[in-house]
Amino acid sequence: MTSLKPMRSIGVTFFAAMLGLLFVAGFVTPASAQDEPAVGPKPPVPFRNTESHVGDITGHSADGKLPYRRYCAGCHGDYGDANGENAVWLDPKPRDFTIATFKCRSTLTGTLPTDQDLFNTIGRGLTNSNMPIWNTFSKQERADLVAYIKIFSPRWEKEKAGVPITVPAEPPVTLESISHGQALFAKLECWKCHGLHGEGDGPSASTLTDSKDNPIRPFNFAAAGNDSRFKCGSTNQDIYKIFMTGVDGTPMPSFADVIQPNDAWDLVHFLRTLQVHRKSRENDILMAAHGVIPPYVEKKTGSLAPAASANEKVPGGGQ
Amino acid sequence: MSNKRFSLVLMMVLVASSAMFAGTVSGKVTYTGTPAHMKPIDMSKEPSCAKQHPTPITSETVVTGANDALDNVVVYISSGAPDDGQIPTQAITYVQKGCQYIPHVLAMHVDQEFAIANDDQTSHNIHPHPTVNIEWNLSQQAGSPPIKKKYDKPEFIPVQCNIHPWMHGWFAVLKTSHYDVSKDGGDFKLPNLPPGKYTITAWHESYGTQTADVTISGNETKEVNFSFKAKPY
Repeated sequence: MTSLKPMRSIGVTFFAAMLGLLFVAGFVTPASAQDEPAVGPKPPVPFRNTESHVGDITGHSADGKLPYRRYCAGCHGDYGDANGENAVWLDPKPRDFTIATFKCRSTLTGTLPTDQDLFNTIGRGLTNSNMPIWNTFSKQERADLVAYIKIFSPRWEKEKAGVPITVPAEPPVTLESISHGQALFAKLECWKCHGLHGEGDGPSASTLTDSKDNPIRPFNFAAAGNDSRFKCGSTNQDIYKIFMTGVDGTPMPSFADVIQPNDAWDLVHFLRTLQVHRKSRENDILMAAHGVIPPYVEKKTGSLAPAASANEKVPGGGQ
Repeated sequence: MSNKRFSLVLMMVLVASSAMFAGTVSGKVTYTGTPAHMKPIDMSKEPSCAKQHPTPITSETVVTGANDALDNVVVYISSGAPDDGQIPTQAITYVQKGCQYIPHVLAMHVDQEFAIANDDQTSHNIHPHPTVNIEWNLSQQAGSPPIKKKYDKPEFIPVQCNIHPWMHGWFAVLKTSHYDVSKDGGDFKLPNLPPGKYTITAWHESYGTQTADVTISGNETKEVNFSFKAKPY
C-alpha cells in the first residue's frame, strides 16, 4: 500500500481539478445555452411548486411528479412537450403542455382551462385518442397531476385560468327545438366539416389539420358504441360547452359570440339526434315523430342575429 | 446670453431640427427567377363566394407585378429605432370578402387593436396559428359585428379558415411603428425616421427574410431595394 502514496497525492490533485471543471461546467453551460438557439435535447424543465384546487382538494406539483413520470411521460414526454417515446405512434398526438393549449375547457377560447377542467379530462380520458380513462388514480393524485403539468408552461405563472362560461338551465326538448337546431347546424356551417348527417364527412373534412399541422378528423356523431362518446364529456351541458368554447388547438372554433344561449340549447338537442346509435330523450322524441325533423320556420325576431333577443322564443311554443 | 440659456436654445434647435430632418426610406421589392405558379382557387363548394369572382382568383402566397415586382412583403425597422411604445392609432381591419383575406398580410404593432370583419354571406372561422402568442379560434357568421383582438408579442402568424381551406393570410405583429407592406408593384415607404443607423428587414411568407443597413443623417430619402430569389415551387 505504501507504494501508492505518491499516487494518492496525484489523485487528490486530479480530483480537485475535476471538481473545478465540474463547477465551471455546472455554472457556465446553462448560462451560455440560454443564448443559443434550441438545438439538440432540451434542458430539463426546472421544477416549480405549483398547486391546483379542485373542490376541497389541493393538488401539489411535488406529489404529481412521480405519477407523471410513471404514467404520463411515456406519451407527453419528460418535459411535457408531447415528445414521449410513444408519441410518434399516436394519432391524434398527445397534448403539448409547453404551449398550454387545451381542448376541453369550460372557459373561452384562448384562455387557460380551470383546474376542474383538467381534472375532469384526466378522469374521463379522450375518446378516439390514446388517452385512457384514468379513473385508477385517486382524486388527490389527479389533482397533483393537474398541478404538476403546470410547471411546463410559463403561461400558468403569468395568467389566471379563464372564467367558466355560464350554462343556463336547459329548456325542454321539443321537436321544434330539434328543428331549429338543425337550421343552425346548416347556417353556422357545422356541416362543412361534420357532414350533413354528422358523420364527419363534410366537404372540408379531408383538409383539416390541427395547430401542429397534423391531419385531424372532425367528430363523427353517428359512430357506433364508445366512439360516439363526446371528447369533453357526455352530458348535454358538456356538448353546450364544447361548441361554445371551441376545441383549442384544432379547427373547431368557439361559437360563444355567435350563438345565443337558447339557440345553443336547440343546437345541442339536434346534435343528440345525430348520435343515431345512442339512446337519448332527443332520439325518443324524434322517433315518436317517425324520425322526421320538420323544416324550421324562422320567427320574426330573427333568432340568428346576434343582437336579437333570444329570450322571446318560448320553449315548447310549437308550430 | 448666459451659458445656461444658450444651451437651452441649442437644445431647442436640436430638438426642432431632429423633428424637421425626418428621413424616409423607400424602395421596391423584386424577385429573381421563376416564382411558383399560383393555382386558381375552386370555390364551387361556397357558391356565394364563387359568384363574386367571375374569373377565379389564385392563391396569394406569391403576388407579383410588372417588372418582377413582389407584393405582400413586410418591410420594417428591426433595429436602430428604439421602440417608443407608441401604438399606431389608425384603425386596421382584416376583412373576409369573397372567401379571401383582405389584405393578405396585415401588419400591426404589438398591442395594437385590430378588427376582423366578415363581409360574406357565409360563416367563417378565424384561426390564427401563433406559437409565441396565445392561440384562439373564433366563428364569425354573416352579418356579425367585427371581432376585436390584439397580440402582445412580435410574431408572424399564419391565419386560416378551416371551413374554407383555401383561405390563407398572415398577421405581422411588429415591435416597431415603422413598417410597410409592399404593394402596387412592390413599393414600400418608411417615413418619419429620425437620423440614425437602422437595420431594415424585409419578410416574405415564402421567400424568407432579408436585411439591409441604412443611415439617415437628416431630411433625406434613402432608397433601399430588396430582391428575393423566387422558389420554383
